Amino acid sequence: MKISTEEIEKIAHLARLELSNEQKEEMRSSVEKVLVWMEALNEVDTDGIEPLVHITEALNNFRPDEAKPTLDRTKALNLGPDTNDQYFKVPQVIE
Amino acid sequence: MSNFDSTIFEPVIGLEIHAQLQTNSKIFASDPVLFGQDPNTLISPITLGHPGTLPKLNINAVNFAIKMGLAIGSEITSKQYFDRKNYFYPDLPKGYQITQDKTPICMGGAVKVRLKAGPKEIPFHHIHLEEDAGKSIHEGDNPYSFIDFNRAGTALIEMVTEPALHSAEEAFALVTEVRKLVRYLGICDGNMEEGSLRADVNVSLRKVGETKLGTKVEIKNMNSIRNIQRAIEYECFRQSEALLNGEQLVQETRTFDAHTGKTHSMRVKETMNDYRYFPEPDLAPLEITEKWIAEIKSKMPLLPWEQEAEFINTYHLPEYDAHFLAESKEMADYFKEIASKTKAVKAISNWLMGPVKSYLNDNHLEISQFPLSADRLAEIIDLVESGTLSHNLASHQLFPLCLSNPTENAIQIVEKQGWLANKPDEDSLHTIIEDTLNNFPDKVKEYHKGKKGLLAMFMGDVMKKTKGTADPKRLNQLMAEALENRK
Repeated sequence: MKISTEEIEKIAHLARLELSNEQKEEMRSSVEKVLVWMEALNEVDTDGIEPLVHITEALNNFRPDEAKPTLDRTKALNLGPDTNDQYFKVPQVIE
Repeated sequence: MSNFDSTIFEPVIGLEIHAQLQTNSKIFASDPVLFGQDPNTLISPITLGHPGTLPKLNINAVNFAIKMGLAIGSEITSKQYFDRKNYFYPDLPKGYQITQDKTPICMGGAVKVRLKAGPKEIPFHHIHLEEDAGKSIHEGDNPYSFIDFNRAGTALIEMVTEPALHSAEEAFALVTEVRKLVRYLGICDGNMEEGSLRADVNVSLRKVGETKLGTKVEIKNMNSIRNIQRAIEYECFRQSEALLNGEQLVQETRTFDAHTGKTHSMRVKETMNDYRYFPEPDLAPLEITEKWIAEIKSKMPLLPWEQEAEFINTYHLPEYDAHFLAESKEMADYFKEIASKTKAVKAISNWLMGPVKSYLNDNHLEISQFPLSADRLAEIIDLVESGTLSHNLASHQLFPLCLSNPTENAIQIVEKQGWLANKPDEDSLHTIIEDTLNNFPDKVKEYHKGKKGLLAMFMGDVMKKTKGTADPKRLNQLMAEALENRK
């Protein structure tokens, strides 16, 4: 086994996903297939090759430091799941 | 804490100092960066993390971070990229923070601090760029928290020291110095109450002589330099008590309560976090060329220690004065502006360290809020230096009058008060001196027997009679002569 059910549970927790036992097994075997498939890459000799971070050649893509008009608050709040006239509301966060 | 024994344990302290960069717009979006605006008015689809939006890097955030790196002697990383730090929190709309994990923009560097025992260089590990989160507002037992995303996406630099500090004093001195530096560089306003500058502190203890590090505790949410010092002092005390009692310390995050002066454990579970960093695919990598660095170098402002050296070498001021004047860029600039108008540099320094500083302290003001222009203060100083007014009259009467009427010329105020008209000429000054000495024949005898301190008393009497208008230098000479004649 390339990946255990415990590892799937950990990843699901980090992604805040709730999975049933069947879903866990389904997920496990599907992730396992991906890992087996990716293993083919290990056959390539990558000694002395710099890791590739980005696949495009784009470099230094900057924006000038200019402040521009913002999104209308009412419009923005309308897209939130729960709001009042000023804020986005979330279940209380206790620190 | 008085009962921490530094002969048994040595504290090992590392700081993570976050500075909000004073750019016009956010690091990856064009929303303005402003404090104290109505909630959720400085937002955009990018800031809110809506699907399909793309971040684009603000070039000034990069410039500002390089400036800081150059100021502390860091190596600027030539090839960099951003990483995603994944976690869920309501004030982080995308579910990840864009930061630099593998390739921080600046590596190494050091900041020199002054300690009671002498100067010390505090080494830095790195400086990286990242975005700030929004703010969660909690209202008592209200079942909701309210989220304001105005701050989300503000450019931050996180400056991470080596675990090379060994006392609360060092931490206090370092944050003070960093705050001064970011203000000189003009990259952050350093306002800790508003959260523009914040620090997380890692503290652990080890037995003196040991090299292995003890279990560390991270203290978050400190909004003043004084509180950073207090939190470290408390932590040293708490950890040493625990260790002496044979207790096991846990690696955890704690908060500092400014009211009680104590730290409290928070969210132990979250130290289990796995941030799953990976390179941010939505942002192009950076390449910082030597030419770019040279360009920023050529535009660097005078740094605090360079400013201090200039005061000593060019203005020939004592070290004490130089240190005081270089304490803030605004004070240094104000001094230099006055010095361009009057030549008496030591007198300027005395005025700033004396009456001006007292006025600022009494009114809880910064030098930038001081009402008098450089011209006005130069006029006052010139009136004293030319012997037109006594220092006493200038500092106790003219100075407050100028402050209550900052637009009026100091010379006009002097004329209105009639001080120059009342000023005694040479003959009347003689008469007043003789009069004073006649009134105190016994004191004059004592003076001649060696009680030279009485001179001040005679002078004071004349000053009172002339309502402070006599030229103190001339009075001093005439008084000495008059006393000599009575021997």
